[in-house]
Amino acid sequence: MTTTFYSEIAENKRQSVILAILVGLIFGVLGFAIGYAFTGSAAGGLGATLIAIATAGLASIGSYTAGDRLVLAASKATEIDEASAPQLFNVVRELTIAGGIPMPRLYLIEDGAPNAFATGRDPQHASIAVTSGLLQKMDREELQGVLGHELSHVRNYDIRFTLLVGVLVGGVALLSDFFLRWTFWFGGGRRSRNDNQGGGGLQAVFFIIAIVLAILAPIASQLVQLAVSRQREYLADASSVQLTRNPNGLERALATIAGDRDVLEVASRATQHLYFTNPIKKFESRSAGLMSTHPPIVDRINRLRELSGDPPLDPADTASLSGLD
Amino acid sequence: MLPLIVLIVIVVVAAVFLIGLYNGLVQRRLRIDEAFAQIDVQLKRRHDLVPNLVNAVKGYMDFEQDVLTKVTEARANAVAAGAQGPVAQAQAENVLTGTLRSLFAVVENYPTLKANENVLSLQEQLTTTENQIGFARQHYNATVLDYNQSIQTFPAVLIAGSFGFTKRDFFEAEPAAQEVPVVALR
Repeated sequence: MTTTFYSEIAENKRQSVILAILVGLIFGVLGFAIGYAFTGSAAGGLGATLIAIATAGLASIGSYTAGDRLVLAASKATEIDEASAPQLFNVVRELTIAGGIPMPRLYLIEDGAPNAFATGRDPQHASIAVTSGLLQKMDREELQGVLGHELSHVRNYDIRFTLLVGVLVGGVALLSDFFLRWTFWFGGGRRSRNDNQGGGGLQAVFFIIAIVLAILAPIASQLVQLAVSRQREYLADASSVQLTRNPNGLERALATIAGDRDVLEVASRATQHLYFTNPIKKFESRSAGLMSTHPPIVDRINRLRELSGDPPLDPADTASLSGLD
Repeated sequence: MLPLIVLIVIVVVAAVFLIGLYNGLVQRRLRIDEAFAQIDVQLKRRHDLVPNLVNAVKGYMDFEQDVLTKVTEARANAVAAGAQGPVAQAQAENVLTGTLRSLFAVVENYPTLKANENVLSLQEQLTTTENQIGFARQHYNATVLDYNQSIQTFPAVLIAGSFGFTKRDFFEAEPAAQEVPVVALR
């Protein structure tokens, strides 16, 4: 079966929207159950949900407006001008022409590990950071593939999308935390009072449901959030091919990076999801193992090979490239 | 009274929807025109770069004056062809691409020149200009695709014809222009 980047893009967008809706549903159901258990009425459920969304939303406003500056500072990225990196600027400029977007600001991170990330809420306010290792270890085509991926995150409004999902996941965490604390400290006091008013049976059921959900929902929503992150990474790969019309450059970049054992010092669990490939390697102590923000590099390479019409990697290559992520 | 209100609401909603459709089509058509103009911007950029390149290498290449002459001539022709229509323009630009490639092939024979920073920088500039021309054409095709898709799919297809939105053509290299001419240097 041949795929085109058009079909890949459509599929990835569809899956990530479904997953985001799933997080929303988890949030909605949890809020409703908690509110009902609390107050014995559906209106209470709705109210609790809305309050949690508003709180999580307020907390995210700062991230929306100033988040990119924080992330760039945390990653020790310094802005660079065209004179210091003319080829990088040319490569990015070519992509902005292909994509019909303005030039982003470009930043450099001094580190031998080849990686890059993009931040910024829309194409007019975008920044892209690359490591010095990326500039040294990639040839022009590979560099363009990687930067096409990063610019696609900007074009697809991924930063906004993941923020939205993050707000919902944050809301789930808030609600669960609040409810479990309230239950722990105040027990069933509220419940017995409402028993006298005759709404007790259903409310008790909801109470038990709410407790179960409050324990499971934060984990479930985070797992879905990670799935969303992986889908958007596949989407950025396919969108990069749409810009460059050259799957091979990106594929070679991924293979080179997979084989690189340099460790990106400035990356942390908080920023790992932003990067082109997961900067935290399996062999490191800070690795999170199964819960990965990025798809496996071998899978990304095989999807690109499918776009080129090439067969997937053979077992020997697969083994050598899977070792590090 | 109520049926009248309902009718008015329906009419208003339909009007707003139609306006949205119409504006969307206009926007897409304008993007095509902009993308087309951008291609010319890139072609002109290349015209401006060529004299710099010739000057940078002139002093070093005593025996290759005919190469440089051909490049300069090709550039002049490409500039002139701008006024002669897209087919003539595409052919002239293609000849210019051919002479530039020949020039860089010759530069390979001059080690000091090859390593010269000016020449390397100009080479990168020409590479990026060639790429930008290509990407500008690609983007033009992307805007044409978007527009054509819009006017041919539901619901805009219902109003496209009556408001004068017609299909646009993709940029296609002329068959003659698809071969890069080999420029004889000696």
